[in-house]
Amino acid sequence: MNITRLFDRSEWLGFAAIAAILLILFPSVIDIFRLNLVGKYLTYAFVAVGLVLCWGHGGILSLGQGIFFGLGGYCMAMFLKLEASTPENTSIQSTPGIPDFMDWNQLTELPWWWEPFNSLAFTIVAIIVVPSILAFIIGQAMFQRRVGGVYFAIITQAIAAILTILIVGQQGYTGGINGITDLRTLLGWDIRTDSAKYILYFVNVILLLGVVMIAQFVKVSKFGRLLVAMRDKEDRVRFSGYNVSDFKVFIFCLAAAFSAIGGAMFTLQVGFMSPSFVGIVPSIEMVIFAAVGGRLSLFGAVIGALLVNFAKTTFSETFPELWLFAMGGLFIAVVMAFPNGLAGIYSTYVKPLIARILPNEQKAANAAQATKVPTKALAE
Amino acid sequence: MTDENSENKMNITRRHMLAGMASIPALAMMGGALKASDYPTAAVNTSGLAVTDDTVTVGILHSITGTMAISETGSVQAEKLAIEQINASGGVLGRQIEYIQEDGGSDWPTFAEKAKKLLVQDKVASVMGCWTSASRKAVLPVFEQYNGMLYYPTFYEGLEQSPNVIYTGQEATQQIIAGIDWVSETKDAKSFFLLGSDYIWPRTSNKIARKHIEKLGHKVVGEEYYPLGHTQFNSVINKIKLRKPDVIYAIVVGGSNVAFYKQLKAAGIDMTKESPLLLTISVTEDEILGIGGENIDGAYACMKYFQSLDNPNNMEFVKAFKERWGDEIVIGDVTQAAYLGPWLWKMAVEKAGSFDVDKVREASPGLEFNKAPEGYVRIHENHHLWSKTRVGLAKPDGQYELVYETADLVEPDPFPEGYQ
Repeated sequence: MNITRLFDRSEWLGFAAIAAILLILFPSVIDIFRLNLVGKYLTYAFVAVGLVLCWGHGGILSLGQGIFFGLGGYCMAMFLKLEASTPENTSIQSTPGIPDFMDWNQLTELPWWWEPFNSLAFTIVAIIVVPSILAFIIGQAMFQRRVGGVYFAIITQAIAAILTILIVGQQGYTGGINGITDLRTLLGWDIRTDSAKYILYFVNVILLLGVVMIAQFVKVSKFGRLLVAMRDKEDRVRFSGYNVSDFKVFIFCLAAAFSAIGGAMFTLQVGFMSPSFVGIVPSIEMVIFAAVGGRLSLFGAVIGALLVNFAKTTFSETFPELWLFAMGGLFIAVVMAFPNGLAGIYSTYVKPLIARILPNEQKAANAAQATKVPTKALAE
Repeated sequence: MTDENSENKMNITRRHMLAGMASIPALAMMGGALKASDYPTAAVNTSGLAVTDDTVTVGILHSITGTMAISETGSVQAEKLAIEQINASGGVLGRQIEYIQEDGGSDWPTFAEKAKKLLVQDKVASVMGCWTSASRKAVLPVFEQYNGMLYYPTFYEGLEQSPNVIYTGQEATQQIIAGIDWVSETKDAKSFFLLGSDYIWPRTSNKIARKHIEKLGHKVVGEEYYPLGHTQFNSVINKIKLRKPDVIYAIVVGGSNVAFYKQLKAAGIDMTKESPLLLTISVTEDEILGIGGENIDGAYACMKYFQSLDNPNNMEFVKAFKERWGDEIVIGDVTQAAYLGPWLWKMAVEKAGSFDVDKVREASPGLEFNKAPEGYVRIHENHHLWSKTRVGLAKPDGQYELVYETADLVEPDPFPEGYQ
C-alpha cells in the first residue's frame, strides 16, 4: 500500500496536528515535570489505540488490557531492577546482588526465569512477545469457542483479577503489592535525570505515532473492513468463508502488543511498576480513555487518554477532596451527550466547518460520511 | 526512669520557659516563639525551598479518596492540628507554616506523581505523608532523587532506613517482640496461630513473630495469608478451632477486619474468655469504628499509643483533637504518630537554624520530644523513634484499656539480626 493513501487528507492534517502538538508544542511550553506527566498519560494512549482497533472496530470489548500493559511494564521493570541490584548497591542485604524485595522474602538466589532479563535485547523481545502469547492463548481459548460480547469482557476481567492476585501473592518473585520500585538506570544511563526524561518523552511520542500508523494501516486495509463486518454481522462474515476466530485472535494480540509497549514506556518514565496497573480498575479506566476520546478514532484515543488523565491530575490538585466527583461528572457528561466521544464531536461539528472553509475537503468529508457506521450498529 | 523524670520536669517548667527563656534555642523547641527577623530567609534557605520572610510551605500527602481514605484521614487531621498548634505558638523560625495537600488516591503511582509535584513544583520544605508501605516505596526514589524530607507515620515492616525519611511509627520489632514476651509470660501462651493479609508488612511481621516464638521455645501451629479485601474467613476459623492455639496472632488489615472479627464471633469464639486469646498489631481505635466494639471485645492489641493513655500530654492532645475535629472522633496509633511529624520537623529546623533538608537531617538524630501524647520519644540515629511498646485490651465501647507497657523505651531496629 502506498503510504500517502494511508490517511485521507483531513486525516493527514489530524496526524500532523497531533504530531506537532506532541513533538513541538508541548516540549517547548511545558516544564519537564509536567512533560513527564504528559509522557505518562501518553503511555495509556497505546492501550487506547489498541482498544479502538479491538473494541471500536472489531467489537471485542476487553476489560483486561491492564494485563498486557502490566506484563510489558513488568518485563521492563525486571530488566531495570536487575541492573539496579548490583552487589555494590545491595551490600546491605543478606544476599547482595539480588533485587531488594527478594532479599526481604528470604530468597537467596535469583529465580531462573529472572536470569534472561539481564539482557536488554531479550527484554525488548519479551515486552512484545510475552503479552502477545498470553493474548493468543486467551484469544484461541475464547474465540474458537465463539465466546464473545459480555462473556468475553467478564473473562478478561477475571484474568486481570487472577494476575493481580498472582503478582501480589508471589511477592518474593514479583515484589508483591509494592511492585518493583526504585529503578535507576538503563544500560548505565540514569533515567531519572531531566535530560533522560526529555529523551524518553520523545521516544515515547515517536513510538506512539508509529503505533497509530500501524493501527491506521490495519484500519484501512481489507482486514480493517473485515473487522467492521465482524463487529456488525459476525455470522455473515463466517458464512462468507472467513475464519472469524483467527481474525479476532490477531486483533486481540495486536492490541495486547500495543498495550505492552505502553506499559514498558510507563515503567521507563515513571520509574516503577506495580500490580495496581494490572487489575480491574485500571483496565476499565483504559476503556474509559478510549470511550471519551471516541472509540472509532485513533486520534480520539490519544486525545482521550491525554485529556482524561490531565483532568484527573488537575482536578485532584485543585480539589483534593472532591475530584472524584468531578471525574465522574465528566464521564457521565461525555457518554450522555456524545456517545462517540470527542472524535464524534469533531466529525459532527468541526469537520463540516473545515469542509466549508476548505472546499477541497468536501469530497473527503462526503467519503467519510459514507463509510460512517450507523449509530444503531454501534449501540449493540 | 529518666524518661519519666523528663516528662514531669517538662510539665512543671513549661510555663516558665514560655515566659522567659524562649530565646535559648534548646528550650525554644518546646513551643517558644522565635523571631523571623533573627533568621534571614537567605540564610535559613539556601536550597530554594518555599520559604518567605513570614511563611514556610510543607506538603501533606495522604489518600483522601479510595480504599485507604478511611485509615489515612486521621493522619491528615493530626498533621493539620499539629501545624495549626505550631502556628499558634509562633511557627517555625518565626514563620507560619502553610500546607499544600495532595491526594494520593490510594494509588501508589499517584503518590509518586504527587510527591514529585510537591518537591519539584511547590518546593515544599518537608512532606508529612504516606500510610501503606507500597505508597512509601513508591515515593522513596522521588524523595531521594530530589532530596526531600518525608515524615512517615505508620507502623511498618522495617528493612528500610532512608536518609530522606523520618519514621515516626514503629518498625516491626518494636511492635512485636515485647507483645509476644508479655503474652507468653503473663498468659502462659505456648502455641500461636499466625494469620494476616497478604503483603509485605504482615508477612515480615509474622516472620519476626515466628522467629521470636521459636526462640522462646514455643510453637507456631499455623500460618495463613489472605488477599487484601478478603471477606471469607470461615475456613481459617475452623482451622483455628481444630488446632486450638493459645494465641491467635492476627495481622489482618483494612476492610477485611470487619468480616474477620464478625465471623470469629459468629463462630462462637468469645475473645473475653481468652481461649484462645487474640493478639493483634493491626487494629487501632480507627478500625474498631468499622468492626464494632462489641465484635472485638476482649482482644488484645500491641501498639505504642492508645487514645485512653492516662498522661497529661495525651489528655491535652485528645481534648485539642476533639475540639478541632468533633467529639465523635477516635484517635488511633498512627494518628498519634502522624501528629509527631510536624513537631519533630519544627524541632529539627530550629535546632539546625535552617530549613535546608541536609541540615534538618543532620539535626534530627537525638532530638527529644517531651510533649508527645505517647510520652517522651527520641529520634534514633537510624531515623526511627525510640518508643514504648504497649498492650491494650479492647473494650465494648471501642477503646483500649492499657494492661501493659514496657518499662523503658524500645530501641528501633529496622534490620533485626537473627530475625530475617
